[in-house]
Amino acid sequence: MKIFRAEWRKLRRPTLFFGSMGAVVAVTALVVSLLFLLIDSEMGNADRGQRITRDILALPSGISIGFSSSAGLLGIVALCVFAAQTAQEYTYGTLRSLLVREPRRIRLLIGKYLSMGLFAFFTVLFSAISSVVLAFALSGTAKVSTVAWTTSEAWTNLFETFVNVLISTFGYGTIGMVLGLLLRSPISSISIGVGWLFIVESILSIAWSPSGNWLPGSLLSVVANGGAPIGVTDVPSYSEAFIRVSAMTTAAALVTGYMFKRRDVAS
Amino acid sequence: MTAISVKGLTKSYGDLVAVKDATFEVPLGTICGFVGPNGSGKTTTIRMLLSLISPTSGSGEILDEPISHPERYLSRVGAMIEGPAFYPALTGAENLRVIATLGGFPISRIPELLETVGLAGRGDDKYKTYSLGMKQRLGISAALLPNPKLLILDEPTNGLDPAGIQEIRDLLSKLAKEGVTVFVSSHLLSEIEMISEYLVMLRKGEVIFFGKTEELLHRSRPTIVVRATKTSDLKRLKKLVDEIGNPALLEGDELRIDADEKWGAELNELAFENEIVLKQITPVRPTLEETFFTMTEEER
Repeated sequence: MKIFRAEWRKLRRPTLFFGSMGAVVAVTALVVSLLFLLIDSEMGNADRGQRITRDILALPSGISIGFSSSAGLLGIVALCVFAAQTAQEYTYGTLRSLLVREPRRIRLLIGKYLSMGLFAFFTVLFSAISSVVLAFALSGTAKVSTVAWTTSEAWTNLFETFVNVLISTFGYGTIGMVLGLLLRSPISSISIGVGWLFIVESILSIAWSPSGNWLPGSLLSVVANGGAPIGVTDVPSYSEAFIRVSAMTTAAALVTGYMFKRRDVAS
Repeated sequence: MTAISVKGLTKSYGDLVAVKDATFEVPLGTICGFVGPNGSGKTTTIRMLLSLISPTSGSGEILDEPISHPERYLSRVGAMIEGPAFYPALTGAENLRVIATLGGFPISRIPELLETVGLAGRGDDKYKTYSLGMKQRLGISAALLPNPKLLILDEPTNGLDPAGIQEIRDLLSKLAKEGVTVFVSSHLLSEIEMISEYLVMLRKGEVIFFGKTEELLHRSRPTIVVRATKTSDLKRLKKLVDEIGNPALLEGDELRIDADEKWGAELNELAFENEIVLKQITPVRPTLEETFFTMTEEER
């Protein structure tokens, strides 16, 4: 608990907290706005030129589509925060101060992870709230019926989407923390993480589509969507994706945690 | 009970031996200087004591707890290693709050500690706006947060102006009087000589001396510096003292004789008998720096 609270003192500073939350709201607003305002566009209104029609948006699940479409961007925020908060302990030299005060290294990692997890929870919460508010606000302009959005089915669906996006955000965060511990540099870990998950994986998936079944970014996208994204068929099921990506991130976290425990702190 | 006790502590990086078979003890309640040139293994030893790096071999105890179980003693140890390290975007006080929260130390002590190190009124400024001296002071206040029994400071006066150095020196002396053991590393031997009653001396990763500072300084023969009313007489005096068996060196208008200060009276008598009028007889004890260089020269 002491480690959690100490880490939270760093995360709650206004520029980081409100800056990140502002970025999350802005990105969510962009995604939801494109979804509703480009509803009649020939170029599509969703990821990779897909079209999400009025009929789909009018379903009980329609209220959550904008939110789940923002999951990848929330993932980038989580990856950046987890990677930067971890790696900067090396670049600032503060890791040695932390370890003198808490020499049980695995506890230190867990405390930091949980604290950053709370930060990630807030990003997802802010994104969910802003996406729902904006969806209602833009439904009139886009001529989308909101009758089904106020049913209990819609709210259950929204809650399930929230949990799935949260799991996916934690997945991206875990990858960020692992990269931060391995590379010990915020810039390297963020650039390699974002570059791999959002550029290299996309290229690999296009070049050889079955690779998406085993790439962490693709699997996290399936988890965030609660299954295959609309219009995508050749991806693993939700449970398969969840098991595979959980196994990958857990293994990476265990190996990195072991290395962190054993490694000399010489900087 | 000793504050620090290490036996055969060794740290190797491949073929490079950073610390070799270090064995020393630091008694409780003393200020112990940890001296040696840059690269002699001081920081590596301190890192091993604080469990930041694991020794290749050997063992050690801090406050009677083995260094393999740092969780048993680190709550009673304050430390600043390799200079201060804080979060630039946080204020000085907020940085201290992070450390206090992590260690479970009372946050209420922070204003008092900031005042102790001369940072009262600057605690709410961001760390990135601090000068090097202020950063160093904040590092010392962070080390004092646990109200430590043992304070380990690595080069604490780096970046401080003479007045700041004097303040830190006074602070360390005050802490020692209150029963805190201070283990302070520095390559500024004159600084260490002024405050340390105990010394651990390193050279190329090996401990070449540990014990009382006084004991070390007494190992080197003192010198008597002599001046005469007629400089030309010094040549005659040099011949006379050389014949007695005390080597002397003529340097400008003074003669430096390797002899104990008690021999001063005999020297005065000898000069008087030979009609040499001395205008100055000054016994000079070798400084720690001179002793250190003599010792390291001998070791080579």
